[in-house]
Amino acid sequence: MNLIMFLILFPLIPAIIIRLIPSERVRTSTVLISVAIIAVASIFLAFSSLQSGCQYFKLPFKNAGTLITVAEIVLAVTFLFFCRRLPFRKMWIPVIIFIQYIPVQYFELSGKVPVPVNYLILDNLSIIMALLIGIIGGLITVYTVGYMPRYHKEHPEYKDRTSAFISTIFLFFFAMFGIVFSNSLSWIYFFWEVTTLCSFIMIGYSRTDEAVDNSFRALWMLLLGGMGFSVTIVYCSLNKSIGTIELSQITAMTNPMVMFPVVLLCFAGMNKAAQFPFSQWLLGAMVAPTPSSALLHSSTMVKAGVYLCIRCAPVLHNTSSGTTIALIGGITFVVASAIAASLSHGKKVLAYSTIANLGLIILCAGVGSSLAIWAALMLIIFHAVAKALMFLCVGTVDQQTGSLDIEKMRGLISTMPQLTLMILIGIAGMFLAPFGMLISKWAVLEALAEKNPFLILTVVFGGALMMFFWGKWMGTLVAVTGKHMNKEKYTGIYEWAALYSLTILTIGTCVLFPLTAVYFIHPYIMTIYPGFIGDPLFHHDNIIMVLIMLGFAIFLPLGFLVHWEKLHYSVPDLGGANVHDPERFMGSMGESREWHLGNYYLNDIFNEQKLLLPANIVTLLIISIMIIAVII
Amino acid sequence: MKALLGIFGFVIFAPLAGGILCGLDRIVTARMQGRYGPPVLQSFYDVLKLFQKQNLVVNRFHGYFLFCFLIFLIISGSILYAGDDFLMVVFALTVADMFLVMAAYSTNSPYSFIGAQRELLQMLAVEPMLLITGIGFYLAAGSFDIGHIVSVGKPLIFKMPGIFFGLVYVLTIKIRKSPFDLSTSHHAHQEIVKGLTTEFAGPTLALVEIAHWYETILMLSFVFLFFASQPVVGILLAILIYFIEIIIDNTNARVKWQFTLKSSWIVTLLFGGINLFILYILK
Amino acid sequence: MSFLKKSPWIIHYDGSSCNGCDIEVLACLTPMYDVERFGIINIGNPKHADVLIITGAVNSQNASVIKTIYHQMGDPKVVLAVGICAASGNFFRDCYNIKGGVDTVIPVDIYVPGCAARPEAIIDGVVAVLKLLEEKTKK
Repeated sequence: MNLIMFLILFPLIPAIIIRLIPSERVRTSTVLISVAIIAVASIFLAFSSLQSGCQYFKLPFKNAGTLITVAEIVLAVTFLFFCRRLPFRKMWIPVIIFIQYIPVQYFELSGKVPVPVNYLILDNLSIIMALLIGIIGGLITVYTVGYMPRYHKEHPEYKDRTSAFISTIFLFFFAMFGIVFSNSLSWIYFFWEVTTLCSFIMIGYSRTDEAVDNSFRALWMLLLGGMGFSVTIVYCSLNKSIGTIELSQITAMTNPMVMFPVVLLCFAGMNKAAQFPFSQWLLGAMVAPTPSSALLHSSTMVKAGVYLCIRCAPVLHNTSSGTTIALIGGITFVVASAIAASLSHGKKVLAYSTIANLGLIILCAGVGSSLAIWAALMLIIFHAVAKALMFLCVGTVDQQTGSLDIEKMRGLISTMPQLTLMILIGIAGMFLAPFGMLISKWAVLEALAEKNPFLILTVVFGGALMMFFWGKWMGTLVAVTGKHMNKEKYTGIYEWAALYSLTILTIGTCVLFPLTAVYFIHPYIMTIYPGFIGDPLFHHDNIIMVLIMLGFAIFLPLGFLVHWEKLHYSVPDLGGANVHDPERFMGSMGESREWHLGNYYLNDIFNEQKLLLPANIVTLLIISIMIIAVII
Repeated sequence: MKALLGIFGFVIFAPLAGGILCGLDRIVTARMQGRYGPPVLQSFYDVLKLFQKQNLVVNRFHGYFLFCFLIFLIISGSILYAGDDFLMVVFALTVADMFLVMAAYSTNSPYSFIGAQRELLQMLAVEPMLLITGIGFYLAAGSFDIGHIVSVGKPLIFKMPGIFFGLVYVLTIKIRKSPFDLSTSHHAHQEIVKGLTTEFAGPTLALVEIAHWYETILMLSFVFLFFASQPVVGILLAILIYFIEIIIDNTNARVKWQFTLKSSWIVTLLFGGINLFILYILK
Repeated sequence: MSFLKKSPWIIHYDGSSCNGCDIEVLACLTPMYDVERFGIINIGNPKHADVLIITGAVNSQNASVIKTIYHQMGDPKVVLAVGICAASGNFFRDCYNIKGGVDTVIPVDIYVPGCAARPEAIIDGVVAVLKLLEEKTKK
């Protein structure tokens, strides 16, 4: 309990220190020390409580409830403060704030909200999330320390507000730990809105017009999701047959009345997880400095959304609402993958692939069977690690070469060998057997096999598209162009430290996944499905097969280090029209000309403009129908 | 023990059977064109010759990528013959193909590059159908385990004719036959030199050839699984399907990638998808 | 034992031929002559090929191309000059752009005479080449 309170409250200290003391040296040392403390604390928490099942804790200290209520009001005022300069036609944004805060505050202040007994929760799901936030989030912060000075050197037109940025990251940790450890809905709601605030600040960091626009878009979209919470709290207070705002009790109920709040919570979760039709805020978040994208996409923010959906999964199991939520996840998976296949902008591809993977997790949560939850948790872990690595790598590539275009990354293996190797490991972790995500996809397919075939079709087609765009990217990286100019030397020590740690983590989570399953995931599933006796997928043969493949996949590439003898070097076949430079050929007029290669983007089939609008409309319709159906 | 025997058998006999099958393929093709054709063992002569040639490379990586390609193809087949999970077979096959694509990419040659792109497109076209086949097996036989699928009493083809048709459709892509031999082709008709194998020479190319034998046998094993309860009929039908593929190969011109992708996805959705729904409802 | 003899793969390059010899080379692949009986394939890719068949004389434009193709072929390899133009340049030899026969650019192993060379002669040439290939393998 003390450890939990420590994890939640500690990040506030560095947040305040960094905000108040502008010195760069103080900032760096504060970041390093606090990140180490948070990581160690979360690992210690994991080791001390892993086997102790699900624990609940009462109010940590007297008046904590009042404190949160006051903080909520302060938060609402802060939102309104940010909205003060909005033009008149955007004045509906503050209206959303009023609509959602006034009823909740009225209910809380007048004491109509039922008082929870257990405010905090600690089970394996919280531990997994805490580890992701503490370790991966921490590494991203370390990277930020090295990244930001360079970012400002490249963009002298932006005001240097690094200390605000980093202190926002710590505020983010505060909110994320709060979400994963809280059991009271009104607490989760508060922390939820703090993450909204943090992402608003981060997205608007550069204060260009585009950044400000995108940050306000993120604000209203995410506030819309918060609306799900406020309605849930009000509904739970009014409805006497529910009569509690404890998440653990709501998700354990068999009462059909509980479906409405659960669907609303999932609505909030899907909103935060950037599912269609709410994906735009996450795409808009790309204007912010890369570390914030890494943070939003991997361990925090979007993971809060899927976390909430997984909490609700037991209620959704075998219900029509659950299937509908799974359907939205499935549609998001396939459409986002298709759009990613048609894009060449590195960060955008990553963004859409995040949305797609989150769709897969939401799909699992909607299905809600034990195997599906197993797959969802595995996906969360693997995705967090690999995606953080990918974003940081791409950010570094961007700093060194000044381009995020995948086409311009051709031959990166010659110019940035270490970094390229890391990207390759990250990509392999994203879609190749026997690495992480593929294990999860395998589990998803096995979990879905008895379910509605439509869901399977979305997974199968989405998976193929995902393979296509990652495959293109991998291939582009490994092309050996022969330009040997090492561009890696300008990358700083903090960046390398974060990148290497994440690479090792990516490989580690893949190799150690049976242990993760046994020690982290199985105990959690046993608490919600007591009959669960370990994964049927993992009978003896399969696990041996996967481990053998892992062995090959890890040790075979070591052969690249060997210089094989008896090789005779030649130049590429250009129909005989070669000239001295392998990147040029002899044109028809006898002069040498450069040739260019470009990947297929299938733009006439999978097109962002073509797919986004229909997908948004369809998912919006499905969500509305689902909510209306639940009300009726 | 039985699993080890299966793996051993596959590793040893698949290339032999595959090589002979390819030799027969060339003879049958020649006869269809009114020619006499090469000896049955011609594919083996080709490969042995390639091993005697100089190892000509563009860079030192692509040969090793191909080595990984072969290894993972063998792993994929071994999983199948060990009687393990069908989905894992498909995933391992994807990994193998990825290595092939990366080998072609790494040469940084225009012809290889286009071949690699088209290979990716072919994978995109094929993968959904292969996975749907696995799920069809699960719904029809009650397990993803190939050991279990084989031991089901009645031939599974009667429960999943749509999926069977879909699989045969994408089989043409997978064993690189016209009209879907976009990335590289075995015969003398070529439009982008030799597609993704353009830069592979000598022993490196031999690896691709051997991998092709393994792949052919692996694909025909998928067909066999539909008739697994009657092994003799199963083998005969697998050979018949291969013969039909040869006929298709010889009577069709190569199509564009757009048609390949769209048609195979439509077939997958129509035949595979509807068959899945029927299996799901019947269950 | 050399397996080169059993599967010589061919790349055919048209120098500045009048297309007469080209047609005859292609005729070898047809049902009438069917060189695939001997495992011969027209592969069209220098990296895969063992035998370079050149028809027509070499001109100043394609001399470098022929050299490149020749150097892109892996050892052991042989060159077959098909037709009288490929052998000596024939009556084109005095043209302003003609360098002469193939042997002015790369070493030729076998010359197949004729204008145009008959398919039988070409096959004869290829068979002669096979012996040479075997000798080159032993080296």
